Amino acid sequence: MVETVDLAVIGAGPAGLAAATLASELGLSVVLLDEQPAPGGQIYRNIESFDAEALEEYLGEDYTKGRAIAEAFRASDAKYRPNSTVWHIDQDGSIAWADGSTAQILKAGRIIAATGALERPVPIPGWTLPSVMGAGAAQIMLKSAVMVPDGPTIVAGNGPLIYLVANQLYNAGAEIAAILETTRFRDYVFAAPYAFSAMRANEYLSKGAKLLQNLKKKGLKVQSAISNLAAHGDRRLQKITYTAHSLEHEVEANVLLLHQGVVPNVQITRQVGAEHEWYEPQRYWRPKIDMWGTTSIDTLAIAGDGAGIFGAEAAVLAGKLAALETAYRAGRINELQRDVQAKPLRREQHRIGSIRPLLDRLYHPSPDILAPDNDTLVCRCEEVTAGDIRKCIQEGATGPNQLKAYTRCGMGPCQGRMCGLSVTEVIADAQGKSAEEIGYYRLRPPIKPVTLGELAAME
Amino acid sequence: MFRRTSDIKGETVAIQFEGQRLTAPAGETVAAAVLANDPGYTRTTVVSGAARAPYCLMGTCFECLMEIDGVENRQACMTIVTDGMIINRQNRKREMQKWSKP
Repeated sequence: MVETVDLAVIGAGPAGLAAATLASELGLSVVLLDEQPAPGGQIYRNIESFDAEALEEYLGEDYTKGRAIAEAFRASDAKYRPNSTVWHIDQDGSIAWADGSTAQILKAGRIIAATGALERPVPIPGWTLPSVMGAGAAQIMLKSAVMVPDGPTIVAGNGPLIYLVANQLYNAGAEIAAILETTRFRDYVFAAPYAFSAMRANEYLSKGAKLLQNLKKKGLKVQSAISNLAAHGDRRLQKITYTAHSLEHEVEANVLLLHQGVVPNVQITRQVGAEHEWYEPQRYWRPKIDMWGTTSIDTLAIAGDGAGIFGAEAAVLAGKLAALETAYRAGRINELQRDVQAKPLRREQHRIGSIRPLLDRLYHPSPDILAPDNDTLVCRCEEVTAGDIRKCIQEGATGPNQLKAYTRCGMGPCQGRMCGLSVTEVIADAQGKSAEEIGYYRLRPPIKPVTLGELAAME
Repeated sequence: MFRRTSDIKGETVAIQFEGQRLTAPAGETVAAAVLANDPGYTRTTVVSGAARAPYCLMGTCFECLMEIDGVENRQACMTIVTDGMIINRQNRKREMQKWSKP
């Protein structure tokens, strides 16, 4: 029998939890599916942990804010399905998911996808070596397992998260050997015109200043304006090299943590065929949405960073707005009720959002990773280099989808999550076209692995 | 690669990684439990046989694919340890097992 609900929410981060909680309060039957064993998403991962004290000490109060969001959700009538991986959604509101033993179909009047973001992949020489990983990955180890990198650790890239992660890992006892950022003086000049409007969300500016101050207090120096970052080692990371102020540097390291911002996870919105647009300042794809988060597909709304990066607090607001619209469409509230409740949310959303034009320009992806060297692997799964891609374009490959036939690039288990953005950039550069003209991979279900056993067990 | 900031608290499970017996807290992911014991690498690639280890730890990079309880291609960062779990590195490409008459 197919389960039927008014609303299905995918993802238990701040946007999904807020959407499910409010929608259920407004009288909708709600089910929330999440692939993790506990609520919180990545930002509030392990928020219900019994080791809460240690986590609060290492991670800070921004993290603990997530506890109230998870508690409100637990207290609501929304049905919660953890360990449930969605591998296909359809424009009619049906969702195929699996829980490790069986696959199931769910039919929803509406879907709110709150599938969040992932760290922008950082294709530098040697980024596939063991012990080179995302800065967010180290944060996940801290949140979910209360572990830190062992031995000299380097945090490199750009964005506020590198300051945050360096602080958090240091608090937890890690040995931070260096903090290297690609941000240059000219980035500040380029971003300066957006500083005034960013004042409306000045708590973010003071948070950033405090993070830098804390690093200083700990004696951790941030080396700015680095380039040509490369990881070296035989079957595991041994050292890194980089250029700063025209000088070559070499540092021994056990762990290298890379970060160049986060980008929307578009797997689900691409698979279902929603329209996307290219966001130039941060050079990522995002689904086109209206003021309620509704995509080009009427039955599908997106809330949170999956629709563009605005952070956890904005995600809560977006989740609530999408829930209000869903309740209105289902006839649980009228237009006026929807708009009255939306007004303060929207005001706060605009205020929080005013920090983004500044951040998005100051911490844009560095030129090195947008145009990797010919020898650098772009597709980690099928081991395709930037040079291989350029050669195929010379031979006449027209775009990302034809490139698959030439090289298998993007056809490995990650389904393009790690190479998709780089492939668009490299092709656009080689053909002298815009990213929008080049487009992205066509993504097909299943977007997550599902076993034949799970399919066979379907009723 | 990683180390615990304190001793394991609460309930534990016994697992085996490449024949070595390990202890992990209940509820931890396979990836975390393995990374806490300096595995070096967790798989070799299908094309060149290069050594790899987890990169994202949130289910998107698929670098943590391992053989868990005899089942290949499992995401170690999305799998929770259970008592008696047998975990092995996943080396090179998958091969169809030879079919033998029952």
